Amino acid sequence: MSIEVRGLTKHFNGFKAVHNVSAKLETGSLTALLGPSGSGKSTLLRMIAGLEVPDAGEIHLTGREATYASAKERNVGFVFQHYALFKHMNVFENIAFGLRVRKQGEKEIQDRVFELLNLIQLTGYEKRYPSQLSGGQRQRVAVARALAPRPEVLLLDEPFGALDAKVREELREWILRLHEETNMTTLFVTHDQQEAMEVAGRILIMNHGEIEQDGTPIEIFDKPATHFIAQFVGESNFIDTEVSEKGLAVWGPFRFSVNPGLPVKQKIRIYFRPNDVYMTAQFETLQVRAKIAKTRFKGTAIEYKLDIGEDKHISAQVPKGVALASGFKEGQEVYAAITAFHVFPI
Amino acid sequence: MTKETLIISVKGNPLAGQAQALTEPRWVRWTLITVALLFIALFLLVPLAEVFASALDKGIGYYFDAIREPDALSAVKLTLIAAFFSVVFNSAFGLASAWAIAKFNFPGKNLLITLIDLPFTVSPVVSGLIYVLLFGLQGLLGPWLQAHNLHVIFALPGIVLATIFVTFPFISRELIPLMQEQGSEEEEAAMVLGAGGWQIFWKVTLPNIQWGLLYGVILCNARAMGEFGAVSVVSGHIRGLTNTLPLHVEILYNEYNFTAAFAVASLLTFLAVLTLIAKTVVGMKYEKSRQTPAARLESETA
Repeated sequence: MSIEVRGLTKHFNGFKAVHNVSAKLETGSLTALLGPSGSGKSTLLRMIAGLEVPDAGEIHLTGREATYASAKERNVGFVFQHYALFKHMNVFENIAFGLRVRKQGEKEIQDRVFELLNLIQLTGYEKRYPSQLSGGQRQRVAVARALAPRPEVLLLDEPFGALDAKVREELREWILRLHEETNMTTLFVTHDQQEAMEVAGRILIMNHGEIEQDGTPIEIFDKPATHFIAQFVGESNFIDTEVSEKGLAVWGPFRFSVNPGLPVKQKIRIYFRPNDVYMTAQFETLQVRAKIAKTRFKGTAIEYKLDIGEDKHISAQVPKGVALASGFKEGQEVYAAITAFHVFPI
Repeated sequence: MTKETLIISVKGNPLAGQAQALTEPRWVRWTLITVALLFIALFLLVPLAEVFASALDKGIGYYFDAIREPDALSAVKLTLIAAFFSVVFNSAFGLASAWAIAKFNFPGKNLLITLIDLPFTVSPVVSGLIYVLLFGLQGLLGPWLQAHNLHVIFALPGIVLATIFVTFPFISRELIPLMQEQGSEEEEAAMVLGAGGWQIFWKVTLPNIQWGLLYGVILCNARAMGEFGAVSVVSGHIRGLTNTLPLHVEILYNEYNFTAAFAVASLLTFLAVLTLIAKTVVGMKYEKSRQTPAARLESETA
């Protein structure tokens, strides 16, 4: 089942939570809705689920208009950040809820619940209450409960937000496998770009109630469409300077080729990722001289704060193996070049 | 997660709950305990014992005669009727107002919250007078009521209305913070799963607030049965007709019929003790149901 929204708008007391958003998600796709808190991503998701009523715009599910349809007619599964399991019901009754309100037979309910318990690997836990489960188990029960009435769309609102890093990792893998098995159209909200990049085939980035970019993880990372995305996704250095002559901007010792269409003196902001800084101990080519002011260990990489003179600094990231082999240390003189960058007029 | 570990670390340290630096010297503790116990004995236990002692003054036969007497029985009946109506009405009102206040935003919400407390701040006598002024013969609606041969003041409806008014805040006061704390995520979950409004109420909302509601009902009931001031104003003290238990006690007492007065009073006392027990039991269940899952997990493993 596909999801399509057209010009969807929702304001809360004059605050534009979602403003004129249009997007189409194909059947069987797995999409992430990424954005900082307050960007309107949850509101958009909740409107699709029927938990909020839009002020304007349309929602189409499988080509059918469902803007004001009841939750029952929409047939979507929804997973909440804080699970929202029914505290006073055991696992079995939680999963069975959506089937019971649809007045299904006891035999069918039993079969479906045990099938789902098997899917979420919690067979034998049916008599437990939510308070007796760990966070990860609770969220799996919440997913099973959402899947029980066989929805055509699965919506997840920050599904792993309340879990610790290790459990998050496991659940991400699990959601991916689940999606491969069921091939259900899935849309999940997250503020964690890592999560969005790893799980989703497509990412919609929201900011201030609008979609700023819609693309694959690689497109988003390598070709950020706006300022906001350049600094929001991945780590970035940014520097403010101006076009010094046609097609060229200068900042400290660095020279950047810019769009020749930009007028001279135009103020610009240049973004580049720390791992797009090419750093060596010996001068190779087109590099500038720099001094390592600080090193910071980042797990798989080491980050260096480079002093390039004139009180200007940039940060560079080098994979740990390379860094250790090169033996970079604080105070050392090195050579650096910026290999990829993005320019936005300001 | 951080919340869970925080609770565990606090409970894991035996000194954390009662820091030694804050422990009072022995003599201070014993003085405070003695004062508290003496106070309870003097102001609660002695009068309580006195009620039963005076009631049984003329023997157990007289005691039972006093409470089986027709006027006493009619007072019991009237008290139960008034308490029943106020519990039913205030449960419905409490649920509706708590639901509205906890789950929605609307203009006048703060005013409503303030008004709910009004019966607590107004003297019960004034509460009774309000109804006399409204429904009494000289009152606003009095002539119309009389023309249609409807009796409110000095009759059952007036007593019920006055009782409802004074017990108005108990249930909603209990439910508002509870429902605010629980939020509406579970209701939303039920809604996207396809449940209708009544299904959500019966299957999700009510089970979550049942202990709080019962707690409120017990408090409301206790106050309804014991209410004196407001009921006294609207009742007219007609024996066997418009006397509730507290009013009946007063009448007997004023007639110097002390033993009978205390016998009937002992009924009220007995109800109070029952209420206290019920309140404690329900209160414990209520606290347990309010605990966060993390805290409950901790208390189970501890």
